[in-house]
Amino acid sequence: MAYFDAASTEPLHPRAREALLEAVDVGWADPARPYTQSRRAHLLLEQARSEVAEVLGARPDEVSFTSSGTQAVHLGALGTLHGRRRAGRHLVTGAVEHSSVLHAAQLHERDGGTVETVGVSLTGRVDPAAFEAAVAREGTALACLQSANHEVGTVQPVAEVAEACRRHGVPLLVDAAQTAGRLPVPAGWSVLTASAHKWGGPAGVGVLAVRKGTRFRSFLPEDERERRRVPGFENVPAIVAAAAALRAMAEEAPEEQRRLSELVGRIRETIPKVVPDVEVIGEPVERAPHIVTFSCLYVDGEVLLGELDRAGFAVSSGSSCTASTLRPSHVLEAMGVLTHGNVRISLPRGATADEVDRFLAVLPELVRRIRHDAGVA
Amino acid sequence: MTEVTTPALTIDALGKKCPIPIIMLAEQINYVPLNSVVAVLADDPAAYTDVPAWCRLKSHRHVGSYELPGGGWAIHVRRNY
Repeated sequence: MAYFDAASTEPLHPRAREALLEAVDVGWADPARPYTQSRRAHLLLEQARSEVAEVLGARPDEVSFTSSGTQAVHLGALGTLHGRRRAGRHLVTGAVEHSSVLHAAQLHERDGGTVETVGVSLTGRVDPAAFEAAVAREGTALACLQSANHEVGTVQPVAEVAEACRRHGVPLLVDAAQTAGRLPVPAGWSVLTASAHKWGGPAGVGVLAVRKGTRFRSFLPEDERERRRVPGFENVPAIVAAAAALRAMAEEAPEEQRRLSELVGRIRETIPKVVPDVEVIGEPVERAPHIVTFSCLYVDGEVLLGELDRAGFAVSSGSSCTASTLRPSHVLEAMGVLTHGNVRISLPRGATADEVDRFLAVLPELVRRIRHDAGVA
Repeated sequence: MTEVTTPALTIDALGKKCPIPIIMLAEQINYVPLNSVVAVLADDPAAYTDVPAWCRLKSHRHVGSYELPGGGWAIHVRRNY
């Protein structure tokens, strides 16, 4: 069985597993109390915070832990909008952001705010000039841009957009969920969000970093935890494991991500040669190291995923038939690329060349059979 | 310039999920003369993106997509070859 869905969740890193088991025994107490067990939990929490901050290029006091990447985006976006109410109520986002950004934007709109969505190219990239024109609008309180797209892997021009935002005095929220631990965090963010289970940490831990000097005010009822940014008791053992995974992943990244990127390059190059009528999607070079997406004409994505599962491959799809909403992925729609017959491969740490070659060997026959069964000549 | 062309063929793919509307289009576009227009009637949201994307991949021309009063679209495609 080959697991090719790291962009949904990366398997737990062995170092995270070790750290988690240890921390469950020693880090269970309330880190906000004054006795010995609590001081130990507090120490573990602050140590984890420092480690995460270091890898992500933040100061420890800028980093808060949330219960997920989605929650980090919700709190980060809405908290910054709330903190900057006086500057205005306009929000700018890219068209292919994660649904957590788009849903936060919808809530902001329902609450009387305005939203502008900046479109993307056929490869899923926002145009920095178009993004700058959008943030230049009077009353822009916040802009959001992902580091790399979760469905097609395209890396966004974050540094350029951050520079444009700085020129206009607009804070930029960077959603680094797909690249944290794999690629260096791009410079220039005001708010940074990430998710531990995407870098080999456990589920239930997200990161919300707010740069010193950025106006931020939680929109939720007051709570003292996590610098008043995130309500509720921290999951210290999971946070400790998340930090261990991030350190390990970042240490291995230069070599391992280059290796995975080569495998992705092989897939990108081979698929159009062995499968007729296929479109490989996203930026060919400026891309996340582990993600590749393609769409097969005349193929039902759900059927293809089922066949691949039976053949021993776990992959994901942005096709509508595989989504709970019955709508195709907003990412593929915004790019204007084929939405049916879509397959996303995202390689976890340790994915082998053998697995990739096996995938490339079985795919053509599966696609041919599905097309044949659908009556495609 | 707006292009008003009466379709030479209308494919009724209403109620059909992608990729079926695209499969029907790929097969039936060969039934019309060169440079004439095929209208695909579809209400699967995927078709709205996929018919123009198919045109780009297959070098046919997406003329336009027009909302139907009962929901869905008439998506017009000009046969290029």
